[in-house]
Amino acid sequence: MEAVMKKTMTENSQKSAETEKMTDIAQDISKQKTVGKPFSDNAKMSMRNVNVFYADKQAIQDISLDIGKNEVVAMIGPSGCGKSTFLRCLNRMNDTIESCKISGEITLEGDNIYHPKQDVVPLRARVGIVFQKPNPFPKTIYENVAYGPKIHGLATRRAELDEIVETSLRKASLWEEVKDRLFSPGTGLSGGQQQRLCIARTIAVSPEVILMDEPCSALDPIATAKIEELMAELSQNYTIAIVTHSMQQAARVSHRTAYFHMGKLIEVNDTKKLFTNPEHDLTEAYITGRFG
Amino acid sequence: MEKMHLDKHISQRFDADLERLKSQVLEMGGVVEQQIINSVKALETADSKIAERVIQVEDDVDLREVALDEQCTMVLACRQPAASDLRMVLTVTKMIRDLERMGDEAQKIAKMAIALNESGKAPGGYDEVRHMGALVQKMVNSVLDAFARFDVDQALEVAKADKQVDREYKSAMREIVTYMMEDPRSIGRVMNILWALRSLERIGDHARNIAEHIIYLVRGLDVRHSSVSEMEAKLKKS
Repeated sequence: MEAVMKKTMTENSQKSAETEKMTDIAQDISKQKTVGKPFSDNAKMSMRNVNVFYADKQAIQDISLDIGKNEVVAMIGPSGCGKSTFLRCLNRMNDTIESCKISGEITLEGDNIYHPKQDVVPLRARVGIVFQKPNPFPKTIYENVAYGPKIHGLATRRAELDEIVETSLRKASLWEEVKDRLFSPGTGLSGGQQQRLCIARTIAVSPEVILMDEPCSALDPIATAKIEELMAELSQNYTIAIVTHSMQQAARVSHRTAYFHMGKLIEVNDTKKLFTNPEHDLTEAYITGRFG
Repeated sequence: MEKMHLDKHISQRFDADLERLKSQVLEMGGVVEQQIINSVKALETADSKIAERVIQVEDDVDLREVALDEQCTMVLACRQPAASDLRMVLTVTKMIRDLERMGDEAQKIAKMAIALNESGKAPGGYDEVRHMGALVQKMVNSVLDAFARFDVDQALEVAKADKQVDREYKSAMREIVTYMMEDPRSIGRVMNILWALRSLERIGDHARNIAEHIIYLVRGLDVRHSSVSEMEAKLKKS
């Protein structure tokens, strides 16, 4: 056994050389090509060669990815890797930032969402978004959910609106908890309930795609578990893209996972594959906690 | 990942956890390897003292298995390992089970040695035991080395060696049956030799299992229930 231990020690010195090699890879990041399975046969949204700049700074470099119909795609990566920026491109949330410039093509069911004639209001009804911090309107629970359908003209009569509110709250697993106080303020709910209210508000306008930007990072484990359960149910009818800092969450909720690093999409793979046997050294290093 | 490594985590305590798992598995493997050597020696040299010692040390092997299992549970609960780290912990939980079973088989051989000492020598079969014992001991040594160096090629060699052990076992069986036919009064004693050979063959199977775990650990490939040529093909493809 002594011989075995000695061999292990010489291995250790070789390992540090490998780590140096990995650092080189990280520095050479702009040459990286996406490995794995970025494309889908049944794409709901398709992104091709997307670049995003904030003034002179490039936040996203040449990313191509499909999100399949009824698929949950998780986006992970260290802070500042561009995953949230990328998510926000999918319903043109970045339009509000003046210095932000986008090139490449993003399509929803084949329609270019950055077409000059594309109106962003109906686009954002088709592609809804849930943010990190629950942000209910300072109105009643009922109004929070009814507001979207009203402005999009989805209901003409009060009874129809009532039905949309109830269905949406049921889908967001919140109905039982709030049905007796629909006309009290949404801001009076707990954090987890507020986040589910925001999800109900998103669902109320019958979107096709739901974007979630770290939807559970402000919530406790019980509220998180409820939202994750909800995502599994929602994925039967909706397409979901989620940005998360919790790798366990990505592993639990998604079908495919995309790993971003310094504005590049490094690897996209089936979640099971990515978390047990990733193809790229950078993915491996990140998910095993070897660099931040 | 072409190459496995356990270090370079942001959390150095995680590095230490995994390194500790590895070195303790190698220690346990060292004890089991010695148990196999001693049990074969006890049988060959009709030395009940050595056999008794093997039976005593078996308790130590069991304790090591339990302790390592507990450490694996702790790493899973506290670190939620992913990718190669996850495969490392899973591999250790499987490996120690195989090592513990090898220890059990060594203990059985030691018991056969004691039984033979009490009933008198068998008319033959000792050469076969020595020969298979040497082959199997080499496999165990080699598979532990493959684990220490995360060496897939060497693991594959161990899987190949198991085929040879199986062949040796079959030919030894034929030999043993002739002893039984020649002198039916010796059947009881020859049976003890036969059980010992059977245990050695099982140890070879466990070494092969460990070789498969190592391939999973390093390459993320599940090669269980494959022939050696299928294993080679899978490795080539990945």
